[in-house]
Amino acid sequence: MSVDYRKITLDGLWYNNPALVQLLGLCPLLAVTASVVNALGLGIASTLVLVSSNLTVSLFRKLVPETVRLPIFVMIIASFVTAIELVMQALTYELYLILGIFIPLIVTNCAIMGRADAFAVKNPVRASVLDGLMMGVGFSVVLVLLGGLREVLGTGMLFSNMHLLFGEAARNWELTLFADYPGFLFAILPPGAFVGLGLMIALKNVIDGRIEQRRKKEQKPVELTGSKRVRVTG
Amino acid sequence: MSLIRMSSPHVYKANSTANVMRLVLLATLPGITALTVFFGWGTLIQIVWAALLAVAFEAAILKLRRRPLGFYLSDGSAIVTALLLAVAIPPFAPWWVTAVGVFVAIVIAKHLYGGLGQNPFNPAMVAYALLLISFPVEMTRWTSPFVLNGEGWPVASFMDTLGAIFGSVEHIWYDSFTGATPLDELRHRGGLTTEETWRQSLVLSQGIGAWHAVSAAWFMGGIFLLYRKIITWHAPISMLLALAVCATLFYGFDPDSYADPFFHLSTGATMLAAFFIITDPVSSATSNRGRIIFGASIGVLIFIIRTWGNYPDGVAFAVLLLNLAAPFIDLYSQPRSYGHSRANKGRGGKA
Repeated sequence: MSVDYRKITLDGLWYNNPALVQLLGLCPLLAVTASVVNALGLGIASTLVLVSSNLTVSLFRKLVPETVRLPIFVMIIASFVTAIELVMQALTYELYLILGIFIPLIVTNCAIMGRADAFAVKNPVRASVLDGLMMGVGFSVVLVLLGGLREVLGTGMLFSNMHLLFGEAARNWELTLFADYPGFLFAILPPGAFVGLGLMIALKNVIDGRIEQRRKKEQKPVELTGSKRVRVTG
Repeated sequence: MSLIRMSSPHVYKANSTANVMRLVLLATLPGITALTVFFGWGTLIQIVWAALLAVAFEAAILKLRRRPLGFYLSDGSAIVTALLLAVAIPPFAPWWVTAVGVFVAIVIAKHLYGGLGQNPFNPAMVAYALLLISFPVEMTRWTSPFVLNGEGWPVASFMDTLGAIFGSVEHIWYDSFTGATPLDELRHRGGLTTEETWRQSLVLSQGIGAWHAVSAAWFMGGIFLLYRKIITWHAPISMLLALAVCATLFYGFDPDSYADPFFHLSTGATMLAAFFIITDPVSSATSNRGRIIFGASIGVLIFIIRTWGNYPDGVAFAVLLLNLAAPFIDLYSQPRSYGHSRANKGRGGKA
C-alpha cells in the first residue's frame, strides 16, 4: 500500500489543521495562549504525545478489538501524558507550574484521540508517525501564532519569559514592541482568544478562497480531500 | 404563488432607517446638553471623535465587504452607535479608548456578524463592556460634576479638555476633576450604612443633582421617541418598573444596606438604557409581550449586578445577557395570529 506522505504533511499543516479546520483541542488552545512561551510549551508537549500515541496505536492496530478500542487509546494517551508531565516537571519546572492543569488535560485533547481513531488505527507506522508529527506541528503553529497575537495586543511585548523553556540564555529575547503600552486586558482574557481564533479561521478561509480561485483559472482540477473528521470529545 | 416569509414586525410605514436614526439623534440632544452642562466639553469632543471614527470604520469595512458605500453610510446607524458609546465613556477618557471602542462596535460587533439588522448584540454595549473589562482605570475615571470643583462652568476649558483627551496634557491635571460616580460611592462604602455614605460623600450629598438632571434629560428624549412612535412603551416601562420593584423591596426591608428606588432610577445609565439601548430594534425581542419580558429581565439584572456584582453599574452586562436570550424569548412570546385560536409558541409549533 502506497502512502501519500506529501498529502499527510499538507493535511496536518493546512488543509485539515486540527485547530483551524477540525476545531479540536479548543480548551488548551483558548486557555493557555496568553503568551508565546505558554503556547509553545503546550504545543511541544501535545506534539510529543501525539507522535508517541500515534506510533503506539499504529503498532498495535491489528491486536486492538474494535469494540474496546477507545478505552485502550485513552490508556495509551494517558500513559504518554503522564510521562511528558514528569519530563516537564524535571526540565521546565516553572513552565510546568504555569501550565498547571492543562498538561494533564492533554489527555482530553480531542485532536489526539481523533488522530488515533481516524488515522493511526488504520495506517502503517511510518505514515501514522508522520501524521502525528504534522498534526502536532500544525496545532503548535496555531497555538504560537495566537499566543504571539494575544501577547503583543495584551502587553505590547513579544517572547517574554522565554527562559522558562530555553534556559537562561533566552532571558533577553523579550521584545518590547510598543514602549509605554497601556495594556489591553481583553486580549489576555479568554474572550480575546475566541476573537483571535475566529479571525485566524477567517484569514485561512480567505487564503483558501484565493487558492481555489487561482486553481479554477488555471483549469487544472486537483483532488483535495481531507481525511475523516472526527469529534471524539468536546 | 409563492409567499415571501418575513420576520416580524409586519408593519408598513413610511419610516426609513435614516429617518428613524435622525429622530433618535434628535432625541439624544437633551441628554447630550445635560452631560455637557454638568460635566464639561468632554462629552461633545468624545461624540464628534467617535462619530468621525465610526463613519471611517464603516466606510472601510463596507469597502472590504464590497457593499455600496453611499446607501449604508447615509442611514446614520453608525453615528447613532458611536453616539451611544461616546456618552457612556467618561468625558476625559483618552482618545485611544474611544477609538478601540468604536472599532469593536462597528467592525467586530456589527459587521463581522453581517451588518445592520444582523447583529445579535447591541454594538455600543459590546464595545462598552470590552472597554470596561480591558481598561478599568480609564473607564472608571468619571468627571465630577462641576458644582463640586469650586469653580463655575465649564469644568475645564475646551482647549484643555481637547488636550487631555488627545494626550498633550498630563493625567494629573485632570485627575483633580475626576472622581467616583454616585453608584461607585455606594458600591465601595466600606461597611457604612446608606445614610452615612450619603452624608460623607460629596458626590452623593451635593453632586447628585447633576446625575438626576442628566437622567431627566434622557427621560425627556425617551418621551419624544415614544411620542413619535419610534419605540414602544413595553421595554422601557417594564425595565424601569422591574428595577423600581426590586429596589423598593430591598430598600423597604433594609434601608441601611440598599439604595432607594429613586436613586436607582435616576443615576447611572438607567434612563439612557431604558429608552435608547434596550429599544434597539435589532438586538431586542420583537413582539410586545417579548419586549415586556426582555425589559423586565434587564431591570432585575441591573439591580442584581449593581447591588452584588463586581461593577458599580450593570447596564451593559444586563443588556448583553438579554440580547443573547432575545431569540429564545421571541420563540415563546409569539402573538396569536389572526384566524388561529392559539399562538404558535416554542419549537413544537408549526411555522
